[in-house]
Amino acid sequence: MDTTYDPALAGEGADDGQPLLYPRIDCRDVSVFYSGKQAVFDVSLPVFDRSVTALIGPSGCGKSTFLRCLNRMNDTIDGAKVTGEIFMDGENINSSHIDPVLLRSRVGMVFQKPNPFPKSIYDNIAYGPRIHGLVDDRQELDAIVEKSLRRAGLWEEVKDRLGQPGTSLSGGQQQRLCIARAIAVRPEVILMDEPCSSLDPIATARIEELIDELRKRYCIVIVTHSMQQAARVSQRTAFFHLGHLVEMGDTDQIFTSPRERRTEDYITGRFG
Amino acid sequence: MAQELGQLPMGWLLTALIVIVVASGFSIGRIRAERYLIAGGQKFHSRGNYHGYYVAMWGFIPPLLVAGLYVLFAKPTALGLLSSELPEAFHTLSSAELQSYLESVANAAAMGGYSGSDLVFATVTGRYLELWGSLKGATLALMLAGAVTGIMYARRKVSPAFRARLRVERGAEAFLFLCAAIAIATTVGIVASLLYESLRFFAEVPFTDFLFGTRWNAQTSAEFGALPLFFGTFMIALIAMLVAAPVGLFSAIYLSEYASVRTRRYVKPLLEMLAGIPTVVYGFFALLVIAPAVRASALGINSFLIELGAANGPVLAAQPTSALAAGLVMGVMVIPFVSSLSDDVINAVPDSLRDGAFAMGATKSETIKQIILPAALPGIVASMLLAVSRAIGETMIVVMAAGQRARISFDPSTDLTTITVQIVALLTGETEFDSPKTLSAFALGLVLFVVTLIFNLIALRVVQRYRDKYE
Amino acid sequence: MNNAQDNPFRSEKALKRLRRRRNADMRFQGYGIVALGFALFALVFLISAIAWKASGASTYHVIRVDLELSPQTILPEGDASPEEITRNIEGFYSLVRNDLLTRFPEANETVQSKRAFSSLIDRMAVLPLAREVADEPHLIGQTTSVDVPLSDDVDMFLKGAAPRAIFLRVGEASSPMRNAEEGDFKIEVDRLNKVSAKIAAIGQHGAEPTVLLVADKSVGRIKSMEDGDVILEILTGRQDQFDGASVKAVIIPSPEDQRSVSDQQIAWALALKAEGVIKRVPHFSLLTHTDSTYPELAGALAALVGSLLTMLVTAAVSIPMGIFAAIFLEEFAPKNRLTQIIEVNINNLAAVPSIVFGLLGATLLLGTFGLPRSAPLVGGLVLALLILPVVIIAARAALRAVPPSIRSGALAVGASRMQAVFHHVLPLALPGMLTGAILGMARALGETAPLLLIGMVAFVAEVPSSTTDEATALPVLIYSWASNAERAWEPMTAAVIVILLAILVLMNLAVVLLRRKFERRW
Repeated sequence: MDTTYDPALAGEGADDGQPLLYPRIDCRDVSVFYSGKQAVFDVSLPVFDRSVTALIGPSGCGKSTFLRCLNRMNDTIDGAKVTGEIFMDGENINSSHIDPVLLRSRVGMVFQKPNPFPKSIYDNIAYGPRIHGLVDDRQELDAIVEKSLRRAGLWEEVKDRLGQPGTSLSGGQQQRLCIARAIAVRPEVILMDEPCSSLDPIATARIEELIDELRKRYCIVIVTHSMQQAARVSQRTAFFHLGHLVEMGDTDQIFTSPRERRTEDYITGRFG
Repeated sequence: MAQELGQLPMGWLLTALIVIVVASGFSIGRIRAERYLIAGGQKFHSRGNYHGYYVAMWGFIPPLLVAGLYVLFAKPTALGLLSSELPEAFHTLSSAELQSYLESVANAAAMGGYSGSDLVFATVTGRYLELWGSLKGATLALMLAGAVTGIMYARRKVSPAFRARLRVERGAEAFLFLCAAIAIATTVGIVASLLYESLRFFAEVPFTDFLFGTRWNAQTSAEFGALPLFFGTFMIALIAMLVAAPVGLFSAIYLSEYASVRTRRYVKPLLEMLAGIPTVVYGFFALLVIAPAVRASALGINSFLIELGAANGPVLAAQPTSALAAGLVMGVMVIPFVSSLSDDVINAVPDSLRDGAFAMGATKSETIKQIILPAALPGIVASMLLAVSRAIGETMIVVMAAGQRARISFDPSTDLTTITVQIVALLTGETEFDSPKTLSAFALGLVLFVVTLIFNLIALRVVQRYRDKYE
Repeated sequence: MNNAQDNPFRSEKALKRLRRRRNADMRFQGYGIVALGFALFALVFLISAIAWKASGASTYHVIRVDLELSPQTILPEGDASPEEITRNIEGFYSLVRNDLLTRFPEANETVQSKRAFSSLIDRMAVLPLAREVADEPHLIGQTTSVDVPLSDDVDMFLKGAAPRAIFLRVGEASSPMRNAEEGDFKIEVDRLNKVSAKIAAIGQHGAEPTVLLVADKSVGRIKSMEDGDVILEILTGRQDQFDGASVKAVIIPSPEDQRSVSDQQIAWALALKAEGVIKRVPHFSLLTHTDSTYPELAGALAALVGSLLTMLVTAAVSIPMGIFAAIFLEEFAPKNRLTQIIEVNINNLAAVPSIVFGLLGATLLLGTFGLPRSAPLVGGLVLALLILPVVIIAARAALRAVPPSIRSGALAVGASRMQAVFHHVLPLALPGMLTGAILGMARALGETAPLLLIGMVAFVAEVPSSTTDEATALPVLIYSWASNAERAWEPMTAAVIVILLAILVLMNLAVVLLRRKFERRW
């Protein structure tokens, strides 16, 4: 298998559906402290490209905190400190000379609750390309908006009302809008923090389908509370408990033959 | 005898009477309830205390009403009776003279009677004391009668089945409601008094002359064109907002988005101290420091322009008190009105929007400018409106530092006058109550009230909508 | 990873754009810091300007003399009743003045000079002394040490405020030689070039500055000056005191006819100061005197008491009423139109300009109800209405902070709604209500405009003893003093402001302490 990576093709790569088995992001000994209290302990975790990595574990286990390290969202929290190294393209993105603004344009994120900006649907999508100066004229921008909405499977539903506020959509649509918004910047990695937790089952199914679709082009890391969801959408799974990475591996292996006792207990529903 | 009554210290007597009535009412009700309890052993609906309260309540309300009537109407009634008794000779007096004569009679009576050599005055004062005394006596008697009737009525009701507690609580609730209704009464009082006096004013001065006239000279000649006052008010409020809007908004943005928790904790109260400083202090500061500085700079600019050859004479008025001085200081005063509310609304913008923008790779300032401020815009506008209303209604700074001359001039170093300055000027010192000069102050007050009310209503409405949206 | 350059975010263009965005970011944050800095600077500037001004009034100059309170002067008619004694201002005044006049024979020469000397002290300045003697008649005939405030003009000069003077220590003087003209003499002084240099540095504004030379208790005015030689005109004292004395020069740039103190008066004041008769003492009379038309005699006592009485009325009306109204709105009000109107009303009332409340007071309380003008009763009522919305809003917030579980707990054991509120909720909400009430009172204490309209701006020389007496309040006093023309009122006004601000700070401190003590997390 070809293991060289061509960033120019990020998000545009061959749609062969095969996971590329080299780490897109490589985390080494990542710890997170909130005002001196440690929340994540020495997590080392490779994240593979063109695949979905699910982070599972009981609430408060540090999986969301860890996810927020991957695009330095913890920088926005007062008193948060992240130690360790996170390599992306051979560069430690957790070092001070990396500008988080640049990093976040390469690592998109989707949140628990859909959070469309109080702007029109069009402007929601166009926001990223505009601030990063990705486009030179209106046509190009129109093209990006359409492509992103198509990829998020929302185009057909909203193409006639792009001028309406993003908040006028239903919850599931809003979440897909947020995904489209993230895609519009042409990121290499998409982080999803329990993207379905505020949605009904039908909308959830729709998002899960979308994730499976997106996997072919992007590296996706998803935090989820639902083990079924992890099993359905991910190729690899990492189990967190009390801030420690307990076990990681192929999703099939984790769910069928976990190596650790704690993983097994959690998966079989003995705690959580 | 009636004269001696006239010198009764009514304040203390009324209070004492009411206290005695309440105390005896309470014990009467309670004792009666307990007597039942001992005698019959029946189960009472309400505890004995409540029967006491109930009886006390009935003993309290009638004398309170009488006392209220007394406070409001006793003096006018006594004076009215007196003037109707005055002999023919007094009828030649004009009503204002008669008024002041009666006033001095009342004052002499309040001092304990007149013992000077003016026999007529002494007689009139004596008669007034008699009338006053009989009124006082009648009031006390009426109060006592009312109290006794009330207590007797309520006492008969005390019985095991009587739901005294419910009655007492209903009474208490009505009392609480009355307290809350004072707020409405205040507004009604403001509107009624302003309207009443304004209408009397507009009966003498046409409404349009007042609103659109450009000459204001209420003190000396009867010119009541208030446009220069509106202009001055607007101009100074504008200068104030030019200071307060950017400073307040950017302070709010810095405090809510950039500052650390520690900085915020110390700086925010400091900023709010600006709102806690009495405005008379700002006025003094403007008069002492800022107005001379404004004047000096204006003079400097004048001589500079003349030196340059750009002007032949002084361009700026460079007055010792000026619109700019008042406006600048007022601007500092209203900073916290902008910053506090803006800070609140910016904080109310949900964090998820910030996260969303940051996750898109927006910088902090982009997030604020493009996401947070648009979302918080209604609240920010509301805070500005409230600040404007505050600036328009502010009195002491302009009284001390803006000047008295009514005119329309765009030169910020000139002295302008405002609505509030003129109200103070018209109503301090010796005022005759019925001249158009005095009444014009109420017309100005009405304009002030209406304008600020509109601003406040819009602002409060916007803020309410905004709160509903995000909370 | 060799192709980092191809990444759309690594190109030169992208990096340039990023730099631009980062700069914009810094600029934006800079605006915030500048804005905040401006606001804080304004606060510090305001407070320090006033504190600096007020420091000028923290001390003042008094004349301290030992006086024999001779009965002939104090009781010219032999009547020792307190009224007669206090009425005899002239007697006490001449006692003080004559004591001082013995030191300055030149002041006795003409009517004009005597008058000029007399204006070093205002007549009314002896009133406290007269009152003291009236209270303690046994002092008559005894010798006692008396402090009499110096006239404000002289006081301002000695403090270096106005007219501004420059004090220089120059060298020793030679023995004086009588000059041709009467009263003048010639003298040689070391290092006199310091004086000429200073005069040159000040620059010429038309008139020559006055230069006085002081040697011990003698003061002379320079008529002309050449190298080290000066022709000196003795204003007070003896020329032989200059002989070999080390001399002080006093340069007063402003010309004599443009100031309120003459050279001769300055000379006397300097001589008295050198003798130790004029002393600078703490200005306690600011707190113990009532208002006066003479700045050096004025004090804020009447206004302080007036404010206190007004606040008592305000508190007695607004606090219970505000708390009861809040209880009704928060705990009992049915959700109907009337309640809604009341709520909107209260919020609006909180933003009505204070002067409108003054208008209400002027028509309704003074006009319709005929309450006395200028009385703390009326002022207190107006201010009570003014802060009522503040108190209500704060009290409601305090009630809302009490968790519903307390109410349901009380209701569950069979308490009625009224009992639940008054026995359980109110005690818990009371500290919060109190802090709101104190903040409201602080606002009322600083209000000026409504009090002006109900006539509390009158000149009050008597300490008010009841809420219906004529009175004024601290902020109004500040306003009236600030409108006085004389320069001496500026530091006095600033000093009263400091007193007012100190009280406000104390009230706010009480709020902070209350909050800290009763802060509770449910």
